Amino acid sequence: MMGWIGETVDSIKSIKIRQLLTQAVTLGMIVTSALILWKAMMCVTGTESPVVVVLSGSMEPAFQRGDILFLRMTKDPIRTGEIVVFKIDGRDIPIVHRVIEVHERKTTGKVDVLTKGDNNDVDDIGLYADGQMWLHRHHIMGRAVGFLPYVGWVTIIMTEKPIIKYLLIGAMGLLVITSKD
Amino acid sequence: MHSFGYRANALLTFSVTALAFICAIASFSDKFSNQNPSAEIQILNINRLKKQSYGNDEVSLTLDISADLQSLFTWNTKQVFAFVAAEYETSKNSLNQVSLWDVIIPDKEHAKFRIQTSNKYRFIDQGHNLRGREFNLTLHWHVMPKTGKMFADKIVMPGYSLPDAYK
Repeated sequence: MMGWIGETVDSIKSIKIRQLLTQAVTLGMIVTSALILWKAMMCVTGTESPVVVVLSGSMEPAFQRGDILFLRMTKDPIRTGEIVVFKIDGRDIPIVHRVIEVHERKTTGKVDVLTKGDNNDVDDIGLYADGQMWLHRHHIMGRAVGFLPYVGWVTIIMTEKPIIKYLLIGAMGLLVITSKD
Repeated sequence: MHSFGYRANALLTFSVTALAFICAIASFSDKFSNQNPSAEIQILNINRLKKQSYGNDEVSLTLDISADLQSLFTWNTKQVFAFVAAEYETSKNSLNQVSLWDVIIPDKEHAKFRIQTSNKYRFIDQGHNLRGREFNLTLHWHVMPKTGKMFADKIVMPGYSLPDAYK
């Protein structure tokens, strides 16, 4: 481990400009391909956030804090039992709860939707904006179709302790600069 | 090529890829399970059918729910979320679905059950359309895996109806 740090310091001292530029371009390509992949996922799944991290315990024991959910949005009507991700007007954080009530208008096809977290005692009326009794289709960003446990903890840690995010980016930057290929 | 950094990176990449592959296979194995759940719901009593002070109808009822959902459990199942909903049509709404009761089934042993209960959640209409209303009762289940794809289905039981007058 100490030898590795010594090697790193040595290689920083012997950097050439052209090598540095090549590595900057490579890094840029990697970042851009990641972005392309993300946008492609958005197209395929039909939602602007194809993956979300579970932040609260309101859907336990099925979903715990730190799990990630795969989302999909189709034109299919919203029905009870579906686990949906929605955002309240004026708030940033997406909420993942289950639909427990649906009222669909004959004439317009519009729906009034009520949601509730499986682990909560009461429905979500308290979470909606003042005076809002129902969710509508435009509030809903996607339905949860799949799930992976624990993987989201990386995002939670990086959001709640930003110093770890800076350390990680710094370490990656160091690795790219000092790698000899 | 043999530095600590390279080795750590290679190990990390390999283990993440292998884990992702295993999760995908675990989820795929769910396709091969044979599922035949069954359920029966009886309405024991309509306790109350009333009009609320601000105009909407509300029903309170007691249900007898029996179900066998054991065949839904596979080795990749974390829990099954089951709920009973009432479905009906009104002049204004082409579809109303109201969840009346739900349960979280953590394992196969608890998946065969019979329970008598009044509705856990309030059955309130948008309006006053419930007198004499015919409705379906549906038992839905949502299988939540330890990892991977979730799937859901339901049994629809038609032919229930509410009294013609408030009580």
